Amino acid sequence: MTDELDDLKAAMIAATPRPDAARKAADLALAEENFARLQGSTDEARPMSERGPMARLGQGVKAMLDVMTTRAGLTATTGLVAVGLVMILPVGRDLLAPPVELVEPGTVVVTSDRDGQALEERTVGSALGNESLSDPLQAPSPSMEAEIAEGLDFASDLSVAQRRAEGQALGKVASAPQAERLVIADDVAVVRESDTEVFSNAAPSSLKVTAEEPVSTFSIDVDTASYAIVRSSLTRGMLPPAEAVRVEEIVNYFPYSYPESGGPDPFEPTISVMPSPWNAGTNLVHIGIQGDLPAIGDRPPLNLVFLIDTSGSMQDANKLPLLKQSFRMMLAELRPEDEVSIVTYAGSAGQVLEPTRAAERSVILAALDRLEAGGSTAGQAGLQQAYQVAEGMTGDGEVTRVILATDGDFNVGLSDPEALKGFIAERREGGTYLSVLGFGRGNLDDATMQALAQNGNGTAAYIDTLAEARKVLVDQLTGALFPIANDVKIQVEFNPAEVAEYRLIGYETRALRREDFNNDRVDAGEIGAGHTVTAIYEITPVGSAAVLNGPLRYADENDRGAGGELGYFKLRYKMPGEDVSRLIEQPILPEQDVVSDDAVFSVAMAGFAQLLRGDDYLGAWSWGDAIALATGARGDDAFGYRAEAVTLMRLAESLSR
Amino acid sequence: MARVITVVMRMKTSDNALARAAAGGDRDAFSCLIARHYDRVFGLAFRLSGRREEAEDLCQDVFAALPVKLRAFRADARFSTWMYRVVVNASHDRRRRAMVHARAAVSWGEVELARRAEAEEAAMAMDWLQRAMSELPEDLRDTMALVLDDDVTHAAAGEVLGVSEGTISWRVSEVKKRLRAMKEAEA
Repeated sequence: MTDELDDLKAAMIAATPRPDAARKAADLALAEENFARLQGSTDEARPMSERGPMARLGQGVKAMLDVMTTRAGLTATTGLVAVGLVMILPVGRDLLAPPVELVEPGTVVVTSDRDGQALEERTVGSALGNESLSDPLQAPSPSMEAEIAEGLDFASDLSVAQRRAEGQALGKVASAPQAERLVIADDVAVVRESDTEVFSNAAPSSLKVTAEEPVSTFSIDVDTASYAIVRSSLTRGMLPPAEAVRVEEIVNYFPYSYPESGGPDPFEPTISVMPSPWNAGTNLVHIGIQGDLPAIGDRPPLNLVFLIDTSGSMQDANKLPLLKQSFRMMLAELRPEDEVSIVTYAGSAGQVLEPTRAAERSVILAALDRLEAGGSTAGQAGLQQAYQVAEGMTGDGEVTRVILATDGDFNVGLSDPEALKGFIAERREGGTYLSVLGFGRGNLDDATMQALAQNGNGTAAYIDTLAEARKVLVDQLTGALFPIANDVKIQVEFNPAEVAEYRLIGYETRALRREDFNNDRVDAGEIGAGHTVTAIYEITPVGSAAVLNGPLRYADENDRGAGGELGYFKLRYKMPGEDVSRLIEQPILPEQDVVSDDAVFSVAMAGFAQLLRGDDYLGAWSWGDAIALATGARGDDAFGYRAEAVTLMRLAESLSR
Repeated sequence: MARVITVVMRMKTSDNALARAAAGGDRDAFSCLIARHYDRVFGLAFRLSGRREEAEDLCQDVFAALPVKLRAFRADARFSTWMYRVVVNASHDRRRRAMVHARAAVSWGEVELARRAEAEEAAMAMDWLQRAMSELPEDLRDTMALVLDDDVTHAAAGEVLGVSEGTISWRVSEVKKRLRAMKEAEA
């Protein structure tokens, strides 16, 4: 190391203060309180974990805490937390002294909401000073002593620090008891605010009883962002947060080759029924839709406006530099008559490349190279400008699309999310679509990405590696940029005479109301050229031992005798540029089509996603089962996506142990 | 399925074992873990911001949210590395909020000179440190906050910041270059 760095280090060590003992005690107590609360809470982060007797026990405690709002009650709970702290740290006789003594009776603890408004004031009572609590610590049991001895190195470090800080902090409390107010955000705010990554998801769809709710309606979804987020988490050694897992996006990430339509429609559904791998006695209804791939030579000219986030945070290697490389690869796929323009926002502002024909490669590359993250110019109305440029480029029969690339800074000029969505939806009607590419982790606003892309008739993709950029921007460029059908909605009506219960796996964020299906004004997902879409229902046949809900005593006897049909499948879509939807329909029969490797692999992925999400419909079906199923159905796997998925499943298996 | 709650009464268990137990609902393991890491987290929080108050607020944020964050931890990665990443992310979050809300210069940029009456020399040193850190761009500053901790290798810092080890080494040499330039300018 050079002198300069040593100087800096020495100065830093000298400047770094010791933590304030009172703050430390308060922070640790707050953490423990939140920890305890979390164990018994009905937090939405783990939507399906609250079954079973243990969970109910926890809920009881939560209810009790909720009820105890009197001063005495709160004092008691605070006391409990302190007891927890004392019991937990038998090593720290020295450690413990400060927290116990520091929170003097009479210290006021203020619980506040997000705006800092005081909601509750509670007085920490004598429970904290209870001497008898610390007595057992003076004489640790022999078995503990051995372990304590091993732990001494860090304990002594800490206690020295504590002792030094002790006097100072005690003085503070004594001299200014009122000033020692700890402002603690209420637990909900703490949980929400601390996480910058925002994910879009809803609770897993529940099991439906066919007799009560025979119709299931949803919009298709060809986004893939969730899979890339899951991959990025797993390769960093962490299980992804459950709310980042959207089953349908993990299933739809993979290219499948379902049969193409021979008819006038741009696609045809392939429906197969197979036994469910995870529950004996249930079946899966697998719906595969293959979008036709029009001859690439016939495609209309393309106008692309890149709207690029150049805020300071974009300078990481996996953001702007990756974006530049990705676009360079994509450029090679464009045809000479296609046009490209670049607009930046946040950081540097404005149009950095006039609409330029893709033939002028060097001009485009030079503009791309000039892009730099950082700078202080305030973000101007980047989005409006991008659309303005896009509209100027649009000619007859051409496809125009704005591609927003960001790491989560949506400060594009319109700050109100609703206004932003409205603006994008309005431009969609004018024929300019929007796709969103997410880069980097830490600040990723998956929820906004989804919302914008959905409103812009586009896809949201998350790009974490150059390989992913290749998949999204090169291999699947045609699909991503050329819609062959808009507002694609699926409605399935199950036959209660055959199907007792059913459950749609995934698509929670895409659920539609039953009446929305026939309403052409309700927006839904798009299918691009060559895209495949898969939807899977788990159904329980009438009379199966796997039926979870008992029959209703007073329900109507249902005997429609529809020739053994399991249900009826309907799909609505609009041709690009049309306002009136077209309908495709067909019955779902018990034995339909041969089950292909593609279908099996998609089921394995649906199982994988449900395991990641911690769904409890899978019974004893394990990671190992999912891996075996996926491995057996890898098929050709020309791009190696499926092999990668199996690797990720193995990672998830070891991480979950 | 009901989670298995193991009661661990060990004081010298590895960080990772404690973290996994805590993620599974073990309260004792959690307490042990946070007590063990508080001071190092505070040190990093200070180095990231350069202000005691900021470091204290950051610490409170980090520890208050840790129970939720910890659920995602089941890693083979080192716990301390994971923990540092949580701190760095929380720090970026606070910076961003401060920028959005006030557009105010924050932390190292905001020179608070010699708040406590200290020896002239110490104040001088602090002054130099303030200037050195405030002149570094954010990514270099974050890198320094990590690597000035002896226990953090370049590889670990890279993992925390989501960049390669090579990038960290490059940033460190960049910092050296800038510090040298600063020194020369003073001379």
